[in-house]
Amino acid sequence: MARTAWALMLICLSLLAPAAQATQIFEDSMAQRSLACTHCHGAGGRAAPDGYHPRIAGKPAIYLYNQLLNFRDGRRHYGPMTQLLAPLSDEYLLAIAEHFSALQLPYPAPVPHKSSAELLERGRTLALQGDAPRQLLACAQCHGQRLTGMLPHVPGLLGLPRDYLNAQLGAWRTGKRRAHAPDCMADIAKRLQPQDIEALASWLAAQAVPAGSAAAPSNAPRGAQDAAVGCGTAKAPQRP
Amino acid sequence: MSPSRPKAKRWRAAALSGVLISALIGVLLATTLAWQGRDEPARDPDSSRSAAPADAQTVQQGAYLARAGNCMACHTSAGAPAYSGGRGIETPFGTVYAGNLTPDLQTGIGRWSADDFWRALREGRSRDGRLLYPAFPYANYSVIRREDSDAMFAYLRSLTPVHQPNRAHDLRWPFNTQAALAFWRALYFEPGQIKVEAQADATLLRGAYLVQGLGHCSACHSARNALGASNPLDLAGGLIPMQNWYAPSLNSREEAGVMHWPLADIVALLKTGVSARGSAQGPMAEVVLHSTQHLSEADLQAIGVFLQRLPEQASRLPEPAPPTANRAGAALYDKRGVQGYGEQGQGVPGAYPALAGNRAVGMAQPVNLVQMVLHGGYAPATAGNPRPFGMPPYIVDLSNQEIADLLSHLRSSWGHAAGAVSAVDVQRSRAQPGR
Repeated sequence: MARTAWALMLICLSLLAPAAQATQIFEDSMAQRSLACTHCHGAGGRAAPDGYHPRIAGKPAIYLYNQLLNFRDGRRHYGPMTQLLAPLSDEYLLAIAEHFSALQLPYPAPVPHKSSAELLERGRTLALQGDAPRQLLACAQCHGQRLTGMLPHVPGLLGLPRDYLNAQLGAWRTGKRRAHAPDCMADIAKRLQPQDIEALASWLAAQAVPAGSAAAPSNAPRGAQDAAVGCGTAKAPQRP
Repeated sequence: MSPSRPKAKRWRAAALSGVLISALIGVLLATTLAWQGRDEPARDPDSSRSAAPADAQTVQQGAYLARAGNCMACHTSAGAPAYSGGRGIETPFGTVYAGNLTPDLQTGIGRWSADDFWRALREGRSRDGRLLYPAFPYANYSVIRREDSDAMFAYLRSLTPVHQPNRAHDLRWPFNTQAALAFWRALYFEPGQIKVEAQADATLLRGAYLVQGLGHCSACHSARNALGASNPLDLAGGLIPMQNWYAPSLNSREEAGVMHWPLADIVALLKTGVSARGSAQGPMAEVVLHSTQHLSEADLQAIGVFLQRLPEQASRLPEPAPPTANRAGAALYDKRGVQGYGEQGQGVPGAYPALAGNRAVGMAQPVNLVQMVLHGGYAPATAGNPRPFGMPPYIVDLSNQEIADLLSHLRSSWGHAAGAVSAVDVQRSRAQPGR
């Protein structure tokens, strides 16, 4: 009996040991300050496996800053975000945005999904060429030729789960997700049909993120990207 | 069967109709009074506009006072221009929408005079004589001095006009009638009812003026009755209606009383949101962010002195049930909580408050603890503490039972002897988040 008890205790102790080793030590850093973010968005903001809490690492800082403002100020809606951000200042939100923007983490391979070739082709065409008769700009027009985003505030569209893209495009279309005026993305999304959204989300989620995937600088010599200039962004707070 | 029963029944019926009839008479009387109030002598609608524009110093003083009163918190809808109104204040009777305070002629206070503004603060009446809902805390504001009212009015007049029509309140019958309001006021409101006690000390007087008057702390820190009325002088704690946060008693050491705190810690809490003895969380974090951090050192000290001298009262909360050790909660704490707060619940100075000896942990009313674990939270990002540390929201990954176990463990550890938290307590806050 006593031997069993000892054995049990040893097993318990050995189970405890790795947990004790994994205990993080407190550090006075932005990573420590933003544990409230990475709790849902994954370590370093690499995205949660649930497909719902997106990657925030490596996105353009001003894009992230705008999303933080949008959640805090009621242009995007997700209870936990709203309540967390309510007591935070513009300056701090910018610092949090810059912290995650600077984290360059590898992207996972796209999750395979059974979509018809026809659907994927429709998605590819919409993303890269748009649909002129319906006055639909191509995604590439504003989000960069490689769809990896344009600095300072246009996000990349690759490396995101299909469900997340579907949900976001749907939310733009119904007005549930909004941005600062002029809200160009809302204008475009309202012209999308549900099947366009499905095609776009399916094709975008199936693309691997190219190497060197950082957002392109805004002064790249591409006239078309001007379409995004000034769309959906707040002025960043002045630094002393 | 008792033979006296039919008689008792008759009596009860008679008493009931008596109550109903007197209530009806009360409503009629009150309605009459309310309508009498509407027959105000007509004023020159342009009188305020013809007045000379206020000097910059008055406008600046008005901006400061509006901060002290945190007017913007209710009179600004999320993401909308400051003071353009439209924010819904949820009450048990429906939603009251705050008005547009910008000087727009059609939709704001562009046609108001300084007299109209003063009367709204003191008497809770709109420019047209309409009675205002007490979500606008005019019982507190009725002590505001005329020159302060004028300065705030001058400041509001200096804002860029925003055309934003006021949204109609969405209240249930009979609360949506002026008669009901008149009835309510007959019971609970008398203009100028708070008299700041004649204390010799100018600092105390100033503190009382800011706490009881302009700062309207009692709007949250006192209990409301079934008709939503509270005593503007009471600071003994109350559940904030519809928000699932408890504003703790400022009279009790067991809750949020600061009679035993050094003045510097009270000032630090209001100025920066954090102090050696506790931090502001939830609705109070927003009060610090938008209001108290902007107050002068002298005003913060006055508030501190006033709070230190509040009469001490035992907590009004019921005695908690005896604590019970919770093994599941202890295991969860070892897995999740110990990283931030330490084995002895000691916290990390400057980052994570100690749980051991923390009044919020041991308070009989656990609703704030539930909020913190469910929704996480940051102390306010203030000029004095610009980059606070945050608590993650566990709403996505812990069940109601797990959170209840974890909190029950904390409430029976390190000398705490507060009652267990149930999964139902957690569900209540999950189903109806605070914001």
